Parts: sequence; C-alpha cells; structure tokens
Amino acid sequence: MRPRGFLLGEPKEGEFDSYGEVGSLACGDIIKVWIKVDKETDKIKDFKWQTWGCATAIASASAFAEMIMKNGGMKVEEAMNIKPKDIADYLGGLPARKFHCSILADKAFKKAVENYRNKK
Amino acid sequence: MDKRVKKAMEPYWTENFGNPNAIYKEGLIARSAVETAREDIAKILGARAKEIIFTNGGTESDNLAIFGVVKNFKSGHIITTKFEHHAVLNSCKQLEKEGFEVTYLDVGKEGVVNPKDVEKALRPETILVSIMYANNEIGTVQPIREIAKAIRIFKKSGRGKLLSLSLPAGEAGTDEEGNPTESKFSSSVFPYFHTDACQAPGYLDLNVERLGVDLLTINGSKIYGPKGIGLLYAKNGIKLEPLLYGGEQEKKIRPGTENVPAIVGLAEALKIAEQEREKESARLVKLRDYFINRLLGEIPKTVLNGHPTQRLPNNINVSILDAEGESIVLYLDEAGVACSTGSACTSESLEPSHVILAIGKPRAYAHGAMRFSLGRSTTKKDIDYVIKVLPDIIKKLRMFSPVNISV
Repeated sequence: MRPRGFLLGEPKEGEFDSYGEVGSLACGDIIKVWIKVDKETDKIKDFKWQTWGCATAIASASAFAEMIMKNGGMKVEEAMNIKPKDIADYLGGLPARKFHCSILADKAFKKAVENYRNKK
Repeated sequence: MDKRVKKAMEPYWTENFGNPNAIYKEGLIARSAVETAREDIAKILGARAKEIIFTNGGTESDNLAIFGVVKNFKSGHIITTKFEHHAVLNSCKQLEKEGFEVTYLDVGKEGVVNPKDVEKALRPETILVSIMYANNEIGTVQPIREIAKAIRIFKKSGRGKLLSLSLPAGEAGTDEEGNPTESKFSSSVFPYFHTDACQAPGYLDLNVERLGVDLLTINGSKIYGPKGIGLLYAKNGIKLEPLLYGGEQEKKIRPGTENVPAIVGLAEALKIAEQEREKESARLVKLRDYFINRLLGEIPKTVLNGHPTQRLPNNINVSILDAEGESIVLYLDEAGVACSTGSACTSESLEPSHVILAIGKPRAYAHGAMRFSLGRSTTKKDIDYVIKVLPDIIKKLRMFSPVNISV
C-alpha cells in the first residue's frame, strides 16, 4: 500500500536517458518507466515509474523499481532478465488471473532499454 | 443480515428441523412455516401464495424465468437490455447459441430504458421481455409500468404469439417443428414480461399487479436476509418448465427439499424492508444526494454515472478519472470503508463494467468507476468520513498516474 520509486509529474529535461510505455486506457492499465544508465558500467543509475491501473499493476511497478535499484542499481543486461514470475515472487505471489495482464513493469522497462539502445 | 431476520430463522435449524414434505408432527410444523412465509411474501407482492416459487437465489430465479419460459419453444425472440445483471445477460447469450434471437436494448446516457424502444423491438415471434427493475451497479430505476403497458397493448392487438400449452386441449396445435400455431383467439399470450427486482425491495413498489409483470425475481441477501435463497413470482397461468428434475416440491417447478430457515428468513427480511420502505428511502435519498454533491464538488474530474434522481436511494456510482477503481477500493478498505468498483474487474475476464460501457462512457471511465451503497446503518457521519479520506487517496493515485483523461 506504499508504492516506491514513482515519478512525480513530468521528468526534467535530461533527467533520464530514455523511457518506455505499455498498456492502454481501454485495457485498464498503463505504465510508463524512465531510465538513466551509466554509460561506462551499463548500470542503471535511476529508474522511475508511473502507473494507472489496478493494485497489482502498481505493486509490480514498485517491486520492479526496488529489485533493480537495490545495491546501487543493476546492470541493464541483468535487469533485462527479470521475468514476471520474479516480480510476483518478490511480492510474495500473485493470483494467477492477475499475472499476465498486470505485470507490465518488465515490459515497459524492455521498451525503455530498446529506446535507449536505438538512441546510442 | 438483520438481527430480526436471524431471530425469526432460529427455531428452524434444530428445534423445528422437520422436512416440510413429511407428515409427522415436525414435518407439519416446517410445512406451516414455509406456507406462512409464502403467504406473507405473496401479500407484499400483491400476488397469490401459489404464484411464489422458492429458489436458491436471484441467479436461479432469473434462469428459471428465462429458460423456464423459453424451453417451451425451439426458436423465438427475446428482448432484454445491454446492462442487465449477468444472470440475465449470460442466459440470453446462451440462448443465442441455441438459436434464439435476442435484442439488447440501449439504455441511453442516463441508464434508463425508453419504453418506446421496447415497443419498437416487439415482434410476432417475441416470447419474453426481461428488463431489470433497478440496475445493480448504477441504481437507475426502469419504467417497468410503462414497459408493461407497451407489451399489454401489443398483446391486445393480437400481434404476439399464442402458446398451445396455456390453452385448453384442442384449442391450438403445434407445427412440424413443435412451435405453437396461431389460434382463433384475438389477444396474444406472448411475450411474457420478466423483471429482475433484486435491488428493489425496501426502496420500490413491489406490487406485481401495479407493475404489470408476469415474472419477478427477488433474492434474500440484498435485503438483509439470508444468502442462498430467492424467489420467482410467476403469474397464475404462466407455463414454466423446470430447470431441475426431482420431487414434487414447488409444484414440480423447483424440486428439492425446501430450505426452511432461509425461506422464513426471506419472508421476514421482505416484511421488514416493506415496513421501513418509505421512511428509510426518504432518509437515504437525502444522504445519497448529499454524498453525490460532495463527491462531485470536492474531487475534481469526478462524474456521476446514471440518472441523478431516477435511481435507488442507496446507490452512488461515480467515475473518478485518472485513478483506477481497484486501487481506490483497496486504499479505502485500508481506511475502513468497504465499497466496490461495480465492475467485473475482479472476475476472470478483468473486463471493465458492461454497465458503464452501456451508458456510452469510454472504457477509461469504466475502469475508474466506484460504487458506494448506503445501508440501514449508514449515517451522515460515515459519509463525512469518506469525504475526509477519499480526496487524499485520489491525490496519491493521481500523483503517480501517467494518464490525464479529459472530462
């Protein structure tokens, strides 16, 4: 009930390197994520999210942020390997029917990384 | 459940546990309890005791009304609305698979069926019209009397269907497909008119004569009565086929040993609802309007779903944009407020409310729909509390929401 790692309002110019978005108003969940990557080490320096959706969508975004930002930020490659099941396990399990539609953080993150790689 | 209901039920668990179909003393006591309940209910509905069939709840009553009528036909046309309860909607969808035609009427922006639309949808092959008395999500009250009148005029003109089963032998026959053929009678027997009135007791007039309905569904749990009990009023002369086959209980239309304590509880709950109807409705209308005004006034980007006044005294349904229903429900739950999204978002499909979509609102509105139900114990203080905690919850959810829907 206390989500962490979200972004308040719009990001500042240059605050992040890239962003990714998945979901739609029609399906009931939208998640946006922003990433800042250390060019030398390829570690994630900052990760923020915004979510409109059910509790699972919000909780999984918050959990994903914690997972990749603890110990000073994961390497991009490592974070790319995080699967929905890892997020669900981090949260202590999720109902089966909430699994596919609501865990969107990893997908939004992959899009952000894709955008980042394309930019370079 | 109301304590008075529980008290009325108490003797029928262990003290008077008899099977009402037995002829020993204990059985007779149980039978008398069931029949007294039936008479009390009939009196409230302005019906005859033999017109009341006990079932296990609203869903079963709706199914019995629909399939019980339709089973007499191999094909035909049914009229219902887009925002019925799933007990009716999914029954109709099943019938479509079985070859029946169904018209799902629009309910307009305010969530009220236009009787003229019913009139226009009536066809010679229409066998059933099923329209709810009040919507379970947005509480809008449907013009049942006017719809009944439209159907009555259609039937009087002889444009409807006749069924051999309801006529004396030899008066009408069936064609090679088993469908009833026309007869010499000028007034049609069909369509029958069913209404799901589960939301109505305690707030609306239940007199079946005044309403002009042939079939009416009521259940126990919505009226501070027990769960797992309901009834179907079926007007004398309506030919219903059973859904279940077994003993001879409930005129063979609903076999199975009667749930005596629940039947007694249902009757008691309905009596209380009827006794307190006027006073309680007047009290809740004031609270409802106070709540709606404060919600719309104090939470930006909040819209009311459904007609502002032609709605149940206990129903409030609003879409709070840029925040999502389920998250609001959970934060309110943490604050001690129990309410629901009114959407099927907790169901397997995770589809947003078909009711909010039926009144023409975009899907994003449906995802932010919140339904608050007021009850006998709700006071102005409770509403003030919700208004105190809700704006902060919405602020918080909007804080990390990436959407900005225009009203």
